[in-house]
Amino acid sequence: MSESKSNNGPLVRVEGVDKVFHRGSEDIHVLADLSLQVPSGEFLALMGPSGSGKSTLLNLIGGLDRPTKGSVFVGNDRIDQLSDRSLAAWRARHVGFVFQLYNLMPVLTAERNVELPLLLTHLTKTERMKHVETAMAVVGLSHRTRHYPRTLSGGEQQRVGIARGIVTDPTLLLCDEPTGDLDRKAGNEILDLLQALNREHGKTIIMVTHDPHASARASRTVYLDKGQLSNEPVK
Amino acid sequence: MKFFHLIWCNLKRKKLRTSLTLLSILVAFVLFGFLASIQQALVGGVAMAGADRLVVRHRVSIIQLLPESYKARMERIPGVVLATHQTWFGGIYQDPKNFFMQNPVVPDEFLNMHPEIILPPEQLADWLKTRTGAIVGRKTADRFHWKIGDRVPIQSSIWSKADGSRSWEFDIVGIYDGKNKGIDTTPLFFRYDYFDEERQPDRGRGLVGWYTIRVKDPAQAAEVAKRVDQEFENSSAETKTEPEGAFIQAWAKQIGNIVFIVSAILVAVFFTILLVTGNTMAQAVRERTGELGVLKAIGFTNAQIVSLVLAESCLLTVLGGVLGLGLACLIMPVLAEKLSGLLPLFFFPTRDLLVGLGLSVVLGLVTGIFPALQAMRLRVADALRRM
Amino acid sequence: MAGPINWFSQVFSITKFGLLSIPQRRGAVVATIIGIAGVVTVLVGVLSIAAGFKQAMTASGAPDSAIVLRSGADSEMVSGLSRDQTRVIADAPGVARTAEGPLASAELFVIIDLPKRSTGTDANVPLRGVESAALRVRDNIKIVQGRMFEWGKDEVIVGSGAAQEFAGLELGSKLKVGRYEWPVVGIFSAAGGVAESEIWSDAKVLQAAYNRGDSFQSVYAKLNSPGAFQEFKDSLTANPQLNVKVSRQSEYYAEQSEKVTLLITTLGFLIAFLMATGAVFGALNTMYSAVSARTREIATLRALGFGRGAVVVSLMIESLVLALVGGAVGGGLAYFAFNNFHTSTMNFQSFSQIAFAFKVTPALLVRGIVWAALIGLIGGLFPAIRAARMPIAAALREL
Repeated sequence: MSESKSNNGPLVRVEGVDKVFHRGSEDIHVLADLSLQVPSGEFLALMGPSGSGKSTLLNLIGGLDRPTKGSVFVGNDRIDQLSDRSLAAWRARHVGFVFQLYNLMPVLTAERNVELPLLLTHLTKTERMKHVETAMAVVGLSHRTRHYPRTLSGGEQQRVGIARGIVTDPTLLLCDEPTGDLDRKAGNEILDLLQALNREHGKTIIMVTHDPHASARASRTVYLDKGQLSNEPVK
Repeated sequence: MKFFHLIWCNLKRKKLRTSLTLLSILVAFVLFGFLASIQQALVGGVAMAGADRLVVRHRVSIIQLLPESYKARMERIPGVVLATHQTWFGGIYQDPKNFFMQNPVVPDEFLNMHPEIILPPEQLADWLKTRTGAIVGRKTADRFHWKIGDRVPIQSSIWSKADGSRSWEFDIVGIYDGKNKGIDTTPLFFRYDYFDEERQPDRGRGLVGWYTIRVKDPAQAAEVAKRVDQEFENSSAETKTEPEGAFIQAWAKQIGNIVFIVSAILVAVFFTILLVTGNTMAQAVRERTGELGVLKAIGFTNAQIVSLVLAESCLLTVLGGVLGLGLACLIMPVLAEKLSGLLPLFFFPTRDLLVGLGLSVVLGLVTGIFPALQAMRLRVADALRRM
Repeated sequence: MAGPINWFSQVFSITKFGLLSIPQRRGAVVATIIGIAGVVTVLVGVLSIAAGFKQAMTASGAPDSAIVLRSGADSEMVSGLSRDQTRVIADAPGVARTAEGPLASAELFVIIDLPKRSTGTDANVPLRGVESAALRVRDNIKIVQGRMFEWGKDEVIVGSGAAQEFAGLELGSKLKVGRYEWPVVGIFSAAGGVAESEIWSDAKVLQAAYNRGDSFQSVYAKLNSPGAFQEFKDSLTANPQLNVKVSRQSEYYAEQSEKVTLLITTLGFLIAFLMATGAVFGALNTMYSAVSARTREIATLRALGFGRGAVVVSLMIESLVLALVGGAVGGGLAYFAFNNFHTSTMNFQSFSQIAFAFKVTPALLVRGIVWAALIGLIGGLFPAIRAARMPIAAALREL
């Protein structure tokens, strides 16, 4: 269990978290009194049937949503109490996202897509493009920088997505079903990449998936069912 | 402006839709230029009025004549520096369609009174030497290709000569320019002494159309005007004196409330453009819910999201505005040529051009604000799910 | 194989689907309709000014009335005729005669400054001195309030248009003419014609007030019949004592209104043309987005066997329907906002004010609808062609 300089203990601490959604007159309790700790450098897989709240949990950790009750700590920051503006700034610095459907902007080239998070920093154009180059090299797409998403295969698009997720060297990389839309071969390439990022570059990765092949690559898997966390798969 | 690339690429998303919206905006601004020019042509003269000048006419109406002898009496009134007269000649050059004003004046007094009329001194000297001499404005000279030395025949519908003929001939001794674009350079001016001696004695000899007075202190204009009218009260020809600006203003208002009509049309046009562009922007934002969610996830703040959408709509409207206004600047001079008979002072004023540019920015902000707020309010989790 | 009946039902179905899908795209649809309505309103509105002005001028001239001016004068103001000359004219062949004498009125025309109600500033109002035959020469003059002035007395009657547009012309008020004050004893109407913008007095009274001696400016004469005009004109132009210009009243007024009508019409068309161009772009936008929103649906229909032509026609009909709705809204708006709106303007040919009302004529409304239809057709044509040309398989895959 490697510890980063800035904290004693786990990188991510989710404590007693509830999440309730209001749909019309109904209240849906997606998460109930959930707690989780993620040490720095871990590659964690979150598994569970659809509707179990795994994406919701990921959103809470990534500062995309707030819990109805409870607290979320990342490093020394209690993120559930940050204002919207501070949360945005926090996300820009600390989190990289990888989505199932890649979510690239079709009007931008691959390198411009990767550059997006860097527009929020004070780096100059030259500095930004250097970081982009590095990220593209890490994901093995240096030869496709000027391509538009529509001319890239699914696997290539996801790699661009990962490059975008790591370009600011964030504390956390959050992946929501990263291989969900890919065939077996492309999916494996992505998982290889994620493992490499974790083992060789020490990136803390939390990945939501329903694919056991994907979770097998993680260093730890937890299971979510009906808002409750357990270390064993649901029967 | 590192975000410019992003904004620009977003506009290129649906090229056809963006182009059509851009074209609508462009057309609206060409129309703006056109209406501004019409307004300038019909009522722009007011701005050119001399602050230190008054116009004196017969109290009953402008078509009644005043005695020439009034000049001396006017110049004795305290506050009056100079008085000079003009008369409506009502002439036709070849064809009634070729209308332009021709007035008999006292040359040196007239030029003194109207410093906005620029005439080279040697041409003035020639004018003073030539009894039948006339100076003509650059616009009319160019229109009929007149040069100095030409002899020009003009038929007067009002004034006949002692021998009964209505055909008067003038020698062009000078061509004048206006100090700026708003000065009318269509009229022709000839010598009053020639006019008075030649016209039929029993029909108006010694009578003139109206006077222009220069006052020493523009702040005293209203006072002096009253004094002039008092001087001629109860005489055979009572006067009505008012500042030149008010005189021109009243004249323009006779045509109608042009400013109101022009403004009404502009409001209708821009309201429509607002709808069209607003709709385009709203659609564009709706289609990009997912992408906006991604930007928020990456860490763009609400303020930045709003700015991006506003910048996009502004870029669209300003681009359309600049192109439209530019096109207007090219087209208006051509139109001015065609309309010079009916509307001599038709042009697109710079001041209105700047207003137009400002308007394009305002348009961008107004059309973008609702979609921008909508984008801002997107909850990231929902937005991402919708993708 | 689609026969004609089948084709029509195809067109009908596609159009129906299209129109039914409007609620989903109501933003764009409303924007287009309003855009086209705007164009039509402005077009009809501005041209109704010209139509109204023209109507006021032409309502003034009957074909069996003539007006005589001095030769070379292009308006009454600059004309001049002596008493003797007017007598010769009145006695010319072709002039209708009654027991009292020829139906001819020698008249004076001057302008007087009065404040215009709408702007508060002075405007040139026509003041006409007439002879006793004037009321019968112009046979549509009716005293609607008060009475006719007494001949020889310092009294005036005021046209209903003038009374409406200028201040101080109500029944009983005193008209200030230089040093004189003449009471307004009656208000008259003239079937909407130019006379309604004028103030009338006895010619003799006006001559005295304006030091005109015994001279006049024009002669208005009623002829035996429209056909008598040529005879009348020939006898006058052949007469060496006279140097006159003879026209039918209707021609004279048409000529007098030429410039202003031309100006308004030209400007109005240019404005409307620019707006229409903008509206075409707006319509194209709406229709292109409609087509792209329904790509799969259209491709499905074509895969099922609906013909290309039917697709094109239905899309154009859809665009046309939207445009016609816009046109109707615009025309209706123009009618209610502008028709019979009273105003006055200066006719610079006669140097005097003409009171008139905006007239939204049926012809104008038709023109507005036609413009709307054209915008709709052009706006629908290109998107329709694009929809028809899309390769079916690719379109079916498109999300």
